[in-house]
Amino acid sequence: MTAIPITNIRNFAIVAHIDHGKSTLADRLIQTTGGLQAREMKEQVLDSMDIERERGITIKAQTVRLTYPAKDGTTYILNLIDTPGHVDFAYEVSRSLAACEGSLLVVDASQGVEAQTLANVYHALDAGHEIVPVLNKIDLPAAEPDQVKQQIEDVIGIDASDAVMISAKTGIGIDLVLEAIVHRLPPPIGDRSASLKALLVDSWYDVYLGVVVLVRVVDGVMKKGQRIRMMGTNAAYDVERVGVFTPKMTTGDELGPGEIGFITAAIKEVADTRVGDTITDDRKPITEMLPGFKPAIPVVFCGLFPVDADDFETLRAAMGKLRLNDASFSFEMETSAALGFGFRCGFLGLLHLEIIQERLSREFDLNLIATAPSVIYKMHLTDGAEIEIHNPIDMPDVVKIAEIHEPWIEATILTPDEYLGSVLKLCQDRRGTQKELTYVGSRAMVKYNLPLNEVVFDFYDRLKSVSKGYASFDYHLTDYKPADLVKMQILVNNEPVDALSMLVHRTRAEGRGRAMVEKMKELIPPHMFVIPIQAAIGGKIIARETVRALRKDVTAKCYGGDITRKRKLLEKQKEGKKKMRQFGKVDIPQEAFIAALKVDS
Amino acid sequence: MIPADPDKAFGVYVHWPFCLSKCPYCDFNSHVRHAAIDEERFARAFAREIETIAARAPDREVSSIFLGGGTPSLMQPKTVGAVLDAIGKHWRVAPDAEITLEANPTSVEATRFRGYRAAGVNRVSLGVQALDDASLKALGRLHTVQEAMDAVAIARSVFDRYSFDLIYARPDQTPAMWEAELRQAIAQAAEHLSLYQLTIEAETPFFALHQAGKLKTPDEATARALYDVTQDVCAELGLPSYEISNHARLGAECKHNLVYWRGQEYAGIGPGAHGRLDIDGRRHAIATEKRPETWLMRVEATGHGVIVDDLLNSEERADEFLLMGLRLAEGIDPTRYQALSGRALDPGRIAVLRDEGAIVVDANGRLRVTQAGFPVLDAVVADLAA
Repeated sequence: MTAIPITNIRNFAIVAHIDHGKSTLADRLIQTTGGLQAREMKEQVLDSMDIERERGITIKAQTVRLTYPAKDGTTYILNLIDTPGHVDFAYEVSRSLAACEGSLLVVDASQGVEAQTLANVYHALDAGHEIVPVLNKIDLPAAEPDQVKQQIEDVIGIDASDAVMISAKTGIGIDLVLEAIVHRLPPPIGDRSASLKALLVDSWYDVYLGVVVLVRVVDGVMKKGQRIRMMGTNAAYDVERVGVFTPKMTTGDELGPGEIGFITAAIKEVADTRVGDTITDDRKPITEMLPGFKPAIPVVFCGLFPVDADDFETLRAAMGKLRLNDASFSFEMETSAALGFGFRCGFLGLLHLEIIQERLSREFDLNLIATAPSVIYKMHLTDGAEIEIHNPIDMPDVVKIAEIHEPWIEATILTPDEYLGSVLKLCQDRRGTQKELTYVGSRAMVKYNLPLNEVVFDFYDRLKSVSKGYASFDYHLTDYKPADLVKMQILVNNEPVDALSMLVHRTRAEGRGRAMVEKMKELIPPHMFVIPIQAAIGGKIIARETVRALRKDVTAKCYGGDITRKRKLLEKQKEGKKKMRQFGKVDIPQEAFIAALKVDS
Repeated sequence: MIPADPDKAFGVYVHWPFCLSKCPYCDFNSHVRHAAIDEERFARAFAREIETIAARAPDREVSSIFLGGGTPSLMQPKTVGAVLDAIGKHWRVAPDAEITLEANPTSVEATRFRGYRAAGVNRVSLGVQALDDASLKALGRLHTVQEAMDAVAIARSVFDRYSFDLIYARPDQTPAMWEAELRQAIAQAAEHLSLYQLTIEAETPFFALHQAGKLKTPDEATARALYDVTQDVCAELGLPSYEISNHARLGAECKHNLVYWRGQEYAGIGPGAHGRLDIDGRRHAIATEKRPETWLMRVEATGHGVIVDDLLNSEERADEFLLMGLRLAEGIDPTRYQALSGRALDPGRIAVLRDEGAIVVDANGRLRVTQAGFPVLDAVVADLAA
């Protein structure tokens, strides 16, 4: 790597809704500038985890350095940062954006702007970005570029008249995107002779290299062998490797101002690095950190239990491994009468929870039961103390509680007009209060204040279902408000199932309880006896169902000593039993837990 | 090593795979052929396969032989004689061995009964299935009630022992109708009855009809009532169930089927036959080629038609012991289960099932399913095996 004039560097991010073609465009840019040979290309090069590739969600920020000989004869270095694309990772997104000077706003020319795009484009504007609108999928018959341009101007308030028209899939307009990056986005500004000041953008664990830290150098130079200091954690390290992604990992000698690349420095755990931290030279430290540093705080909690109790140690090891790479995820041991040993886990949001759960099952082959997601409640006690609770089991005696406060969010939902009624009803049913309702063409944008505990419970799925998948959703936490919450329990065969306890608003308890017992009734197979299933608040039963007793369940004939067939059937039954939890005398299938926790009232 | 079984018995099952027509409920290995079957060639193949299997499992004393099918009563007595001779040549057959042949109760087949008797058969099991002509027709049977009763009369005069099968829980059958039919049957049955609930098996014509809603089987409550009637009437008339669907006067139990249920050894001979043999201390689960002509060619080429020979692990072995043994009124010895599987049955599960009255553990330590437990046996077995 020879030092590049800073004026020839462009750092940019791509802001887009899922499926609007962010990854395809990134792939196309890499391919066009020769970062990878055609045979090395696989779809969505930047999304390295299976789960990212499948769901089109980027969890970790990734970068790629492209070398682009522009039409003006100058060769430019383009650094693309692929940001985590979801609201749960809003802070990580903001740090990635802080490493760039501009953004491409990619909008599907047939779908238009979505809620998530909106949130991220505002983050980009907050980061002071120059924004180049890009309309993708213009080759589709349903493309309406003019309407979408108008929508971008109306909703976001930026000029879209010279939006770049492309089809990332077929390659139309890719050259125009490259020229726009060079000519419409500003170069970074930095002082090579100043003390080192660099932003810690993200970090991850690599089996061979240890922790790899993604950095953006603001001032000064980051060199191999240099002793650096992380200002937030106040820890010092010796830089072992410096380099860039092309997207292949390529080591060099230094990273100069304006450059984005990686370092390794014998850092053991990702938890030792904080996204947003400032890195400086240990010998010539700067005094002022870069703005915006915040530690990650979990907001959604749930219990995760292995279906097979023997998997507990595997689960513990798996969680440790995941945490190596994701310091925002927390866990501590928990015991449940119904589910045995497991962990109480904290997540940045619901999607984060889903991703961790899915990775545990996919990468570690673990079968898990998740308890009802909970938020952090603040309990004001009668003795004046205030405690935080995120597990219904820890709830103090009701007589000791003066008031319970719950977190609220502001949600932004964009939906085609025809589903607006259902969307409003859903928000209303979830105790929401409407703040704003505006129209953008045929799409409505509503803002609602909602209690987070109503959103962690099945809200996404319901929203998707009432809008046939067309509504998009984004939120941020606002404040805590007093709430009339009660602890509801589910009793199976007259015993409370701790894993199904939840804090719920008094007005919603009966509906939720009824829905849960109905679901449990459907999914608990008949036993040799009648099983009552009840929902209760304190000693008061608010809903009840009964699983009938088994009457006749035996297969009679056995052909010519063909026991194998019968044994195979028994093996299937045993397999089914393994997926059940013995709760007292009752075998409860894991689907019953999962379904009961997902029902809507 | 398999722990020694205190009660030695060894059965030979022989499968004759042909029928005149296929019954719509049947998923057994049966085939209809329009050309004449070369019985002599099959007889030679049976003998060859017996020789091969006997060489793998020598030195057994055969306590029972069962010729099943298909329709073994379509065999010429000479063919049956050849098969029994081959068994006698390669194994020692106990003097009191039970030798059963399954027969259709038609007048044509009844004419061969004496021939079978002369060949060595001492017990027949007749596929009567119903005592109602309309039901017989619906079940695809080729005989009438009168014909069946005539065949039963002939069987009674020819053989020391006979049994017949009935199918219940037929479409629209009420407990009262079944009780009347059952009483009539027992009046004809000297010592043994097999009473099977109609089950809808995949890949049968009944399955398609059932799926399409054109064939309605009794609901769970009615099925239970029919089962209860069966138990009550049989017990009252001196034919208590010694196995979940088999009833006999004391001492008249089918020895051969007890071999299966007690988890003992048996050889399977012929197309689509199954066997369980202990060789070098390991239990083998053996099955042969199902298609008769393919089986025939394999035997002629290699001496046997075996296409499956799996070694059962201790869990599979114990599962088979449990699921077969609990079908018997005598139940199982839990210590034998433990010896086979390497673990005891879960005392917690046993306690719950006892509390529910589904099982008892008697003074000898045997674990038995109760009259209340039998109707839900599949659930009981799954609980204990889990």
